[in-house]
Amino acid sequence: MSHQAVSEKRIGLEVSLAVAEAVKLADVDAIAAYPITPQTHIVETLSEIVANGELNAAYIPVESEHSALSACLGTIAAGARTFTATSSQGLALMHEMLFIASGLRMPVIMAVANRSLSAPLSIWGDHSDVMANRDVGWVQLFVENGQEALDITLSAFRIGEDKRVLLPVMVNLDGFTLSHVVESLIIPDESKVRRFLPPFEPLFRLDPLNPIMIGAIGIPEIYTEARKALDETLTASRIVVDETFAAFKNIFGREYHCIETYRSNDAETILITMGALSGTARLAIDELRSQGESVGLVRIRLWRPFPFDDIRAALGKAKVVVVFDRAISPGGPGGPVASEIRNALYSLEPRPKIVNFVGGLGGRDVRAKEFIEMIRTAKSKADAIDPLLYTMVGVRE
Amino acid sequence: MLMKLLPAWKELEPGCVVTTPGSSVNYKTGEWRSYYPKTDEDKCIACGMCWIFCPDASRRMVKRKNPKPGDLYSVYFDFNFQFCKGCGICASECPTGAITMVQEQAR
Repeated sequence: MSHQAVSEKRIGLEVSLAVAEAVKLADVDAIAAYPITPQTHIVETLSEIVANGELNAAYIPVESEHSALSACLGTIAAGARTFTATSSQGLALMHEMLFIASGLRMPVIMAVANRSLSAPLSIWGDHSDVMANRDVGWVQLFVENGQEALDITLSAFRIGEDKRVLLPVMVNLDGFTLSHVVESLIIPDESKVRRFLPPFEPLFRLDPLNPIMIGAIGIPEIYTEARKALDETLTASRIVVDETFAAFKNIFGREYHCIETYRSNDAETILITMGALSGTARLAIDELRSQGESVGLVRIRLWRPFPFDDIRAALGKAKVVVVFDRAISPGGPGGPVASEIRNALYSLEPRPKIVNFVGGLGGRDVRAKEFIEMIRTAKSKADAIDPLLYTMVGVRE
Repeated sequence: MLMKLLPAWKELEPGCVVTTPGSSVNYKTGEWRSYYPKTDEDKCIACGMCWIFCPDASRRMVKRKNPKPGDLYSVYFDFNFQFCKGCGICASECPTGAITMVQEQAR
Protein backbone atom coordinates (compact mmCIF):
# COMPACT_ATOMS: atom_id res chain seq x y z
CA MET A 1 0.00 0.00 0.00
CA SER A 2 1.03 3.59 -0.48
CA HIS A 3 1.97 5.68 2.52
CA GLN A 4 1.58 9.01 0.74
CA ALA A 5 -0.18 11.44 3.06
CA VAL A 6 -3.60 12.40 1.79
CA SER A 7 -4.53 16.00 2.45
CA GLU A 8 -7.08 16.01 5.31
CA LYS A 9 -8.99 13.14 3.75
CA ARG A 10 -10.82 10.60 5.83
CA ILE A 11 -9.49 7.12 5.14
CA GLY A 12 -9.66 3.65 6.65
CA LEU A 13 -6.34 2.69 8.21
CA GLU A 14 -5.02 0.18 10.71
CA VAL A 15 -4.16 2.08 13.89
CA SER A 16 -0.53 0.84 13.94
CA LEU A 17 -0.15 2.27 10.44
CA ALA A 18 -1.71 5.53 11.60
CA VAL A 19 0.97 5.80 14.29
CA ALA A 20 3.63 5.18 11.60
CA GLU A 21 1.97 7.89 9.51
CA ALA A 22 2.22 10.32 12.44
CA VAL A 23 5.94 9.52 12.79
CA LYS A 24 6.42 10.14 9.06
CA LEU A 25 4.53 13.44 9.30
CA ALA A 26 6.74 14.40 12.27
CA ASP A 27 9.65 14.03 9.84
CA VAL A 28 11.82 12.07 12.27
CA ASP A 29 15.53 11.75 11.61
CA ALA A 30 16.15 8.41 13.25
CA ILE A 31 14.26 5.25 14.18
CA ALA A 32 15.82 2.32 16.03
CA ALA A 33 13.50 -0.54 16.85
CA TYR A 34 13.08 -4.26 17.32
CA PRO A 35 9.83 -5.92 16.29
CA ILE A 36 7.56 -7.38 18.97
CA THR A 37 3.90 -8.34 18.95
CA PRO A 38 1.59 -6.36 18.99
CA GLN A 39 3.76 -3.38 18.09
CA THR A 40 5.43 -4.89 15.01
CA HIS A 41 3.21 -3.25 12.39
CA ILE A 42 4.32 0.21 13.53
CA VAL A 43 8.05 -0.26 12.94
CA GLU A 44 7.52 -2.64 10.02
CA THR A 45 5.58 0.12 8.26
CA LEU A 46 8.18 2.71 9.20
CA SER A 47 11.03 0.59 7.81
CA GLU A 48 9.03 0.34 4.57
CA ILE A 49 8.41 4.10 4.50
CA VAL A 50 12.13 4.78 4.98
CA ALA A 51 13.16 2.09 2.43
CA ASN A 52 10.75 3.58 -0.12
CA GLY A 53 12.38 6.96 0.25
CA GLU A 54 9.21 8.56 1.60
CA LEU A 55 10.98 9.59 4.79
CA ASN A 56 14.58 10.75 4.96
CA ALA A 57 15.61 9.05 8.19
CA ALA A 58 18.11 6.54 9.51
CA TYR A 59 16.32 3.26 10.25
CA ILE A 60 18.53 1.26 12.61
CA PRO A 61 17.57 -2.42 12.94
CA VAL A 62 18.98 -3.69 16.24
CA GLU A 63 19.26 -7.04 17.99
CA SER A 64 17.15 -6.20 21.06
CA GLU A 65 14.99 -3.52 22.65
CA HIS A 66 17.82 -2.70 25.06
CA SER A 67 19.89 -1.83 22.00
CA ALA A 68 16.95 -0.07 20.32
CA LEU A 69 16.64 2.51 23.07
CA SER A 70 20.43 2.74 23.46
CA ALA A 71 20.73 3.58 19.76
CA CYS A 72 17.93 6.14 20.16
CA LEU A 73 19.90 7.84 22.95
CA GLY A 74 22.85 8.11 20.59
CA THR A 75 20.83 9.67 17.79
CA ILE A 76 19.13 12.12 20.17
CA ALA A 77 22.53 13.10 21.60
CA ALA A 78 23.56 13.96 18.05
CA GLY A 79 20.47 16.17 17.74
CA ALA A 80 18.21 13.88 15.69
CA ARG A 81 14.45 13.69 16.16
CA THR A 82 14.05 10.07 17.27
CA PHE A 83 11.28 7.48 17.50
CA THR A 84 10.96 3.90 18.65
CA ALA A 85 8.14 1.55 19.56
CA THR A 86 7.83 -1.54 21.71
CA SER A 87 5.59 -3.73 23.81
CA SER A 88 5.55 -5.99 26.86
CA GLN A 89 8.79 -8.03 27.15
CA GLY A 90 10.45 -5.47 24.89
CA LEU A 91 9.59 -2.63 27.22
CA ALA A 92 10.83 -4.76 30.11
CA LEU A 93 14.13 -5.35 28.31
CA MET A 94 14.43 -1.57 27.80
CA HIS A 95 13.88 -0.94 31.51
CA GLU A 96 17.32 0.38 32.51
CA MET A 97 17.60 2.52 29.38
CA LEU A 98 14.22 4.13 30.16
CA PHE A 99 15.73 5.72 33.27
CA ILE A 100 18.74 6.90 31.28
CA ALA A 101 16.56 8.60 28.64
CA SER A 102 14.72 10.66 31.27
CA GLY A 103 17.78 11.22 33.48
CA LEU A 104 19.75 12.59 30.53
CA ARG A 105 16.65 14.58 29.43
CA MET A 106 16.55 13.00 25.99
CA PRO A 107 13.13 13.31 24.32
CA VAL A 108 12.83 9.95 22.59
CA ILE A 109 9.22 9.44 21.50
CA MET A 110 7.96 5.88 21.90
CA ALA A 111 4.71 4.12 21.10
CA VAL A 112 3.90 1.20 23.40
CA ALA A 113 1.29 -1.27 22.18
CA ASN A 114 0.33 -2.41 25.67
CA ARG A 115 0.57 -6.13 26.33
CA SER A 116 0.76 -8.46 29.33
CA LEU A 117 4.01 -9.94 30.66
CA SER A 118 5.05 -13.61 30.83
CA ALA A 119 4.60 -15.97 32.64
CA PRO A 120 2.30 -17.53 31.61
CA LEU A 121 3.24 -16.52 28.10
CA SER A 122 0.65 -14.13 26.75
CA ILE A 123 0.82 -11.90 23.69
CA TRP A 124 -2.50 -10.22 24.45
CA GLY A 125 -3.32 -6.84 25.80
CA ASP A 126 -3.39 -5.25 29.26
CA HIS A 127 -1.44 -2.50 31.01
CA SER A 128 1.09 -4.65 32.93
CA ASP A 129 4.00 -3.53 30.76
CA VAL A 130 3.63 0.22 31.25
CA MET A 131 2.65 -0.06 34.93
CA ALA A 132 5.91 -1.87 35.68
CA ASN A 133 7.59 1.18 34.10
CA ARG A 134 5.50 3.82 35.80
CA ASP A 135 8.37 5.45 37.67
CA VAL A 136 10.95 5.81 34.89
CA GLY A 137 10.44 9.58 34.62
CA TRP A 138 8.74 9.66 31.20
CA VAL A 139 5.67 11.62 30.17
CA GLN A 140 3.05 8.87 29.72
CA LEU A 141 -0.19 9.19 27.76
CA PHE A 142 -2.96 6.66 27.05
CA VAL A 143 -5.06 6.84 23.90
CA GLU A 144 -8.48 5.39 23.17
CA ASN A 145 -8.89 5.31 19.39
CA GLY A 146 -7.00 5.50 16.11
CA GLN A 147 -7.37 9.23 15.52
CA GLU A 148 -6.15 9.89 19.01
CA ALA A 149 -3.20 7.52 18.55
CA LEU A 150 -2.15 9.53 15.50
CA ASP A 151 -2.83 12.95 17.03
CA ILE A 152 -1.21 12.20 20.39
CA THR A 153 1.88 10.70 18.71
CA LEU A 154 2.30 13.98 16.82
CA SER A 155 1.70 15.94 20.02
CA ALA A 156 4.25 13.81 21.89
CA PHE A 157 7.08 15.21 19.77
CA ARG A 158 6.04 18.79 20.55
CA ILE A 159 5.65 18.04 24.29
CA GLY A 160 8.89 16.10 24.73
CA GLU A 161 11.09 18.39 22.64
CA ASP A 162 9.90 21.60 24.30
CA LYS A 163 12.93 23.18 26.02
CA ARG A 164 10.96 23.39 29.29
CA VAL A 165 10.42 19.61 29.16
CA LEU A 166 13.14 17.74 27.23
CA LEU A 167 11.79 14.43 28.46
CA PRO A 168 10.98 11.20 26.67
CA VAL A 169 7.29 10.55 25.98
CA MET A 170 5.48 7.21 25.92
CA VAL A 171 2.24 6.92 23.93
CA ASN A 172 0.31 3.89 25.18
CA LEU A 173 -2.19 2.19 22.91
CA ASP A 174 -3.87 -1.09 23.82
CA GLY A 175 -2.35 -4.04 21.99
CA PHE A 176 -4.60 -5.66 19.33
CA THR A 177 -7.91 -4.12 20.48
CA LEU A 178 -6.54 -0.77 19.34
CA SER A 179 -3.23 -1.39 17.55
CA HIS A 180 -4.67 -3.92 15.08
CA VAL A 181 -8.10 -2.50 14.28
CA VAL A 182 -8.89 -0.57 11.12
CA GLU A 183 -10.51 2.77 11.85
CA SER A 184 -11.81 5.68 9.86
CA LEU A 185 -9.46 8.58 10.53
CA ILE A 186 -8.14 11.85 9.18
CA ILE A 187 -4.51 12.10 8.10
CA PRO A 188 -3.45 15.68 8.93
CA ASP A 189 -2.20 17.96 6.19
CA GLU A 190 1.60 18.18 6.12
CA SER A 191 1.70 21.98 6.04
CA LYS A 192 -0.41 22.08 9.20
CA VAL A 193 1.95 19.59 10.85
CA ARG A 194 4.91 21.84 9.99
CA ARG A 195 3.12 24.73 11.68
CA PHE A 196 2.30 22.61 14.74
CA LEU A 197 5.66 20.92 15.13
CA PRO A 198 8.79 23.09 14.82
CA PRO A 199 12.12 21.39 13.98
CA PHE A 200 13.87 19.73 16.92
CA GLU A 201 16.39 22.12 18.47
CA PRO A 202 18.23 20.28 21.24
CA LEU A 203 19.63 22.23 24.15
CA PHE A 204 22.87 20.25 23.93
CA ARG A 205 24.22 18.07 21.16
CA LEU A 206 27.40 16.10 20.63
CA ASP A 207 29.66 18.37 18.62
CA PRO A 208 33.46 17.97 18.38
CA LEU A 209 33.87 21.76 18.15
CA ASN A 210 31.94 22.35 21.37
CA PRO A 211 32.74 19.37 23.58
CA ILE A 212 30.35 18.43 26.37
CA MET A 213 29.97 15.36 28.54
CA ILE A 214 26.68 13.48 28.68
CA GLY A 215 26.22 10.77 31.30
CA ALA A 216 28.75 11.75 33.94
CA ILE A 217 28.65 10.09 37.36
CA GLY A 218 26.28 11.59 39.95
CA ILE A 219 28.03 11.39 43.29
CA PRO A 220 25.84 11.31 46.45
CA GLU A 221 26.20 15.12 46.68
CA ILE A 222 24.59 15.48 43.18
CA TYR A 223 22.15 12.56 42.74
CA THR A 224 19.48 13.89 45.13
CA GLU A 225 19.40 17.25 43.31
CA ALA A 226 19.23 15.46 39.94
CA ARG A 227 16.20 13.39 41.03
CA LYS A 228 14.49 16.47 42.46
CA ALA A 229 15.07 18.31 39.17
CA LEU A 230 13.60 15.37 37.22
CA ASP A 231 10.48 15.22 39.39
CA GLU A 232 9.92 18.98 39.23
CA THR A 233 10.47 19.06 35.45
CA LEU A 234 8.12 16.15 34.81
CA THR A 235 5.45 17.70 37.06
CA ALA A 236 5.84 21.09 35.35
CA SER A 237 5.60 19.49 31.89
CA ARG A 238 1.84 19.48 32.53
CA ILE A 239 1.76 23.14 31.38
CA VAL A 240 3.38 22.19 28.08
CA VAL A 241 0.93 19.30 27.62
CA ASP A 242 -1.98 21.76 28.01
CA GLU A 243 -0.35 24.29 25.66
CA THR A 244 0.29 21.57 23.09
CA PHE A 245 -3.33 20.38 23.18
CA ALA A 246 -4.50 24.01 22.80
CA ALA A 247 -2.20 24.51 19.79
CA PHE A 248 -3.41 21.20 18.36
CA LYS A 249 -7.01 22.39 18.58
CA ASN A 250 -6.13 25.70 16.90
CA ILE A 251 -4.39 24.06 13.98
CA PHE A 252 -6.23 20.77 13.50
CA GLY A 253 -9.58 21.46 15.19
CA ARG A 254 -9.55 18.34 17.38
CA GLU A 255 -9.67 18.87 21.13
CA TYR A 256 -7.79 16.89 23.77
CA HIS A 257 -7.44 17.29 27.52
CA CYS A 258 -5.44 15.55 30.24
CA ILE A 259 -8.61 13.82 31.38
CA GLU A 260 -11.86 13.37 29.45
CA THR A 261 -15.19 13.56 31.26
CA TYR A 262 -18.34 11.95 29.88
CA ARG A 263 -21.74 12.68 31.48
CA SER A 264 -19.92 12.96 34.81
CA ASN A 265 -20.57 16.59 35.84
CA ASP A 266 -23.59 15.80 38.03
CA ALA A 267 -22.96 12.07 38.42
CA GLU A 268 -23.13 10.43 41.85
CA THR A 269 -21.16 7.44 40.63
CA ILE A 270 -18.18 7.89 38.35
CA LEU A 271 -16.28 5.16 36.51
CA ILE A 272 -12.58 5.71 35.77
CA THR A 273 -10.83 4.05 32.85
CA MET A 274 -7.70 4.41 30.73
CA GLY A 275 -7.19 3.34 27.14
CA ALA A 276 -9.30 1.62 24.51
CA LEU A 277 -11.82 -0.06 26.84
CA SER A 278 -13.16 3.43 27.61
CA GLY A 279 -15.31 3.22 24.47
CA THR A 280 -17.04 0.12 25.86
CA ALA A 281 -17.37 1.83 29.25
CA ARG A 282 -19.16 4.74 27.57
CA LEU A 283 -21.79 2.32 26.24
CA ALA A 284 -22.37 1.16 29.81
CA ILE A 285 -22.78 4.77 31.00
CA ASP A 286 -25.32 5.48 28.24
CA GLU A 287 -27.29 2.35 29.12
CA LEU A 288 -27.39 3.22 32.84
CA ARG A 289 -28.25 6.86 32.11
CA SER A 290 -31.15 5.71 29.94
CA GLN A 291 -32.40 3.83 33.00
CA GLY A 292 -32.22 7.08 34.98
CA GLU A 293 -29.09 6.30 36.97
CA SER A 294 -26.73 9.12 37.90
CA VAL A 295 -23.48 7.80 36.43
CA GLY A 296 -20.59 9.21 34.38
CA LEU A 297 -17.15 8.38 33.08
CA VAL A 298 -13.74 9.94 33.59
CA ARG A 299 -11.00 8.76 31.26
CA ILE A 300 -7.38 9.51 32.17
CA ARG A 301 -5.31 10.42 29.12
CA LEU A 302 -2.26 11.83 30.91
CA TRP A 303 -0.88 9.25 33.35
CA ARG A 304 2.47 10.96 34.05
CA PRO A 305 2.60 13.70 35.20
CA PHE A 306 -0.54 12.59 37.03
CA PRO A 307 -3.30 15.24 36.77
CA PHE A 308 -4.16 15.40 40.49
CA ASP A 309 -6.09 18.71 40.31
CA ASP A 310 -8.24 17.61 37.36
CA ILE A 311 -9.05 14.37 39.15
CA ARG A 312 -10.08 16.20 42.35
CA ALA A 313 -12.22 18.63 40.36
CA ALA A 314 -13.87 15.87 38.34
CA LEU A 315 -14.47 13.40 41.20
CA GLY A 316 -14.77 15.62 44.27
CA LYS A 317 -18.57 15.74 44.27
CA ALA A 318 -19.17 12.08 43.47
CA LYS A 319 -20.33 9.64 46.13
CA VAL A 320 -18.80 6.53 44.65
CA VAL A 321 -15.79 6.27 42.34
CA VAL A 322 -15.35 2.99 40.47
CA VAL A 323 -11.79 2.50 39.24
CA PHE A 324 -11.16 -0.03 36.49
CA ASP A 325 -7.56 -1.23 36.21
CA ARG A 326 -6.00 -3.35 33.45
CA ALA A 327 -3.03 -4.26 35.66
CA ILE A 328 -2.44 -5.42 39.20
CA SER A 329 0.20 -4.68 41.80
CA PRO A 330 0.59 -8.20 43.25
CA GLY A 331 0.61 -8.18 47.03
CA GLY A 332 -0.26 -4.50 46.98
CA PRO A 333 -3.39 -2.38 46.98
CA GLY A 334 -4.99 -3.81 43.81
CA GLY A 335 -4.70 -1.76 40.64
CA PRO A 336 -2.21 1.06 40.12
CA VAL A 337 -4.83 3.54 38.87
CA ALA A 338 -6.95 3.01 41.97
CA SER A 339 -3.85 3.62 44.07
CA GLU A 340 -3.34 7.00 42.42
CA ILE A 341 -7.01 7.93 42.75
CA ARG A 342 -6.89 7.16 46.50
CA ASN A 343 -3.84 9.43 46.74
CA ALA A 344 -5.59 12.21 44.84
CA LEU A 345 -8.79 12.09 46.90
CA TYR A 346 -7.53 11.28 50.42
CA SER A 347 -7.21 14.93 51.47
CA LEU A 348 -10.79 15.74 50.46
CA GLU A 349 -13.46 15.93 53.17
CA PRO A 350 -15.91 14.36 52.54
CA ARG A 351 -14.37 12.11 49.94
CA PRO A 352 -16.00 9.60 47.62
CA LYS A 353 -15.92 5.87 48.35
CA ILE A 354 -13.43 4.20 46.03
CA VAL A 355 -14.17 0.76 44.63
CA ASN A 356 -11.51 -0.98 42.55
CA PHE A 357 -12.01 -3.57 39.82
CA VAL A 358 -9.15 -5.28 38.02
CA GLY A 359 -9.95 -6.85 34.66
CA GLY A 360 -9.17 -7.15 30.99
CA LEU A 361 -5.94 -8.95 31.88
CA GLY A 362 -3.97 -10.78 29.20
CA GLY A 363 -6.47 -9.83 26.50
CA ARG A 364 -9.66 -11.00 28.22
CA ASP A 365 -12.58 -9.04 26.87
CA VAL A 366 -14.60 -6.72 29.10
CA ARG A 367 -18.06 -6.01 27.74
CA ALA A 368 -20.47 -3.16 28.43
CA LYS A 369 -22.66 -5.43 30.57
CA GLU A 370 -19.66 -6.17 32.79
CA PHE A 371 -19.02 -2.45 33.28
CA ILE A 372 -22.72 -2.09 34.18
CA GLU A 373 -22.33 -4.91 36.71
CA MET A 374 -19.21 -3.26 38.20
CA ILE A 375 -21.01 0.07 38.61
CA ARG A 376 -24.11 -1.59 40.14
CA THR A 377 -22.03 -3.66 42.57
CA ALA A 378 -20.03 -0.59 43.59
CA LYS A 379 -23.16 1.52 44.11
CA SER A 380 -24.94 -1.06 46.23
CA LYS A 381 -21.98 -2.26 48.26
CA ALA A 382 -19.70 0.82 48.42
CA ASP A 383 -20.05 1.07 52.22
CA ALA A 384 -19.43 -2.62 52.75
CA ILE A 385 -16.43 -2.91 50.43
CA ASP A 386 -13.04 -2.70 52.09
CA PRO A 387 -11.30 0.08 50.13
CA LEU A 388 -8.06 -1.86 50.25
CA LEU A 389 -9.58 -4.83 48.50
CA TYR A 390 -10.16 -5.10 44.80
CA THR A 391 -12.45 -7.35 42.78
CA MET A 392 -11.10 -9.35 39.85
CA VAL A 393 -13.65 -9.09 37.06
CA GLY A 394 -14.94 -12.43 35.75
CA VAL A 395 -12.41 -14.58 37.56
CA ARG A 396 -13.40 -18.24 38.03
CA GLU A 397 -13.54 -18.97 41.76
CA MET B 1 32.00 21.71 52.33
CA LEU B 2 31.28 20.03 48.96
CA MET B 3 27.53 20.29 49.66
CA LYS B 4 27.82 24.09 49.85
CA LEU B 5 29.92 24.41 46.69
CA LEU B 6 27.67 22.31 44.47
CA PRO B 7 24.65 23.73 42.62
CA ALA B 8 21.06 23.60 43.91
CA TRP B 9 18.64 21.42 41.93
CA LYS B 10 17.36 24.41 39.95
CA GLU B 11 20.91 25.31 38.94
CA LEU B 12 21.89 21.88 37.55
CA GLU B 13 22.27 21.71 33.78
CA PRO B 14 19.40 19.66 32.28
CA GLY B 15 20.42 16.01 32.29
CA CYS B 16 23.48 16.95 34.38
CA VAL B 17 25.36 17.66 31.15
CA VAL B 18 28.93 18.80 31.80
CA THR B 19 29.52 21.84 29.57
CA THR B 20 33.13 22.61 30.57
CA PRO B 21 35.58 20.32 28.77
CA GLY B 22 38.42 18.97 30.88
CA SER B 23 36.73 19.90 34.15
CA SER B 24 37.32 16.43 35.60
CA VAL B 25 40.85 17.53 36.56
CA ASN B 26 39.16 19.57 39.30
CA TYR B 27 37.74 16.39 40.83
CA LYS B 28 40.48 15.15 43.12
CA THR B 29 39.90 11.41 43.32
CA GLY B 30 43.03 11.15 45.47
CA GLU B 31 40.79 11.93 48.45
CA TRP B 32 39.45 8.37 48.23
CA ARG B 33 42.87 6.81 48.88
CA SER B 34 43.63 4.81 52.02
CA TYR B 35 46.90 3.25 50.75
CA TYR B 36 49.48 5.09 48.67
CA PRO B 37 52.10 3.56 46.35
CA LYS B 38 55.51 4.27 47.84
CA THR B 39 58.14 4.00 45.11
CA ASP B 40 61.76 3.09 45.76
CA GLU B 41 63.54 5.12 43.10
CA ASP B 42 66.67 2.97 43.36
CA LYS B 43 64.69 -0.12 42.36
CA CYS B 44 62.73 1.68 39.59
CA ILE B 45 64.09 0.93 36.12
CA ALA B 46 61.75 3.50 34.49
CA CYS B 47 60.12 0.79 32.35
CA GLY B 48 56.74 2.56 32.55
CA MET B 49 54.67 -0.60 33.25
CA CYS B 50 52.94 1.20 36.13
CA TRP B 51 52.21 4.16 33.81
CA ILE B 52 50.62 1.82 31.25
CA PHE B 53 48.49 -0.05 33.78
CA CYS B 54 47.38 2.86 35.99
CA PRO B 55 43.59 3.18 35.46
CA ASP B 56 43.61 6.84 36.49
CA ALA B 57 46.68 8.14 34.63
CA SER B 58 48.17 8.86 38.06
CA ARG B 59 51.69 7.59 37.41
CA ARG B 60 54.12 10.17 36.12
CA MET B 61 57.72 10.35 35.11
CA VAL B 62 59.73 12.58 37.47
CA LYS B 63 63.39 13.43 37.97
CA ARG B 64 65.19 11.30 40.53
CA LYS B 65 65.38 13.03 43.87
CA ASN B 66 68.64 11.35 44.91
CA PRO B 67 70.69 10.90 41.75
CA LYS B 68 73.90 8.95 42.22
CA PRO B 69 76.90 8.58 39.96
CA GLY B 70 76.47 5.58 37.66
CA ASP B 71 72.66 5.73 37.62
CA LEU B 72 71.26 4.20 34.42
CA TYR B 73 68.27 6.54 34.50
CA SER B 74 67.84 10.18 35.43
CA VAL B 75 64.11 9.63 35.97
CA TYR B 76 61.77 7.25 37.78
CA PHE B 77 57.96 6.83 38.02
CA ASP B 78 56.15 8.31 40.99
CA PHE B 79 52.43 8.85 41.69
CA ASN B 80 50.22 11.92 41.40
CA PHE B 81 48.74 12.25 44.88
CA GLN B 82 45.82 14.38 43.65
CA PHE B 83 44.33 11.56 41.54
CA CYS B 84 45.82 8.25 42.74
CA LYS B 85 42.99 6.26 44.39
CA GLY B 86 45.41 3.75 45.87
CA CYS B 87 44.13 0.72 43.95
CA GLY B 88 47.56 -0.96 44.01
CA ILE B 89 47.62 -2.12 40.38
CA CYS B 90 51.01 -0.37 39.88
CA ALA B 91 52.49 -2.24 42.87
CA SER B 92 51.11 -5.52 41.53
CA GLU B 93 52.48 -4.94 38.00
CA CYS B 94 55.93 -3.49 38.87
CA PRO B 95 58.51 -6.04 37.58
CA THR B 96 61.21 -4.99 40.07
CA GLY B 97 59.10 -4.68 43.20
CA ALA B 98 59.89 -0.97 43.47
CA ILE B 99 56.36 -0.06 44.62
CA THR B 100 54.96 -0.82 48.08
CA MET B 101 51.43 0.07 49.17
CA VAL B 102 51.61 2.00 52.48
CA GLN B 103 48.69 2.94 54.67
CA GLU B 104 48.06 6.70 54.52
CA GLN B 105 48.27 7.49 58.24
CA ALA B 106 51.67 5.78 58.39
CA ARG B 107 53.05 8.08 55.75
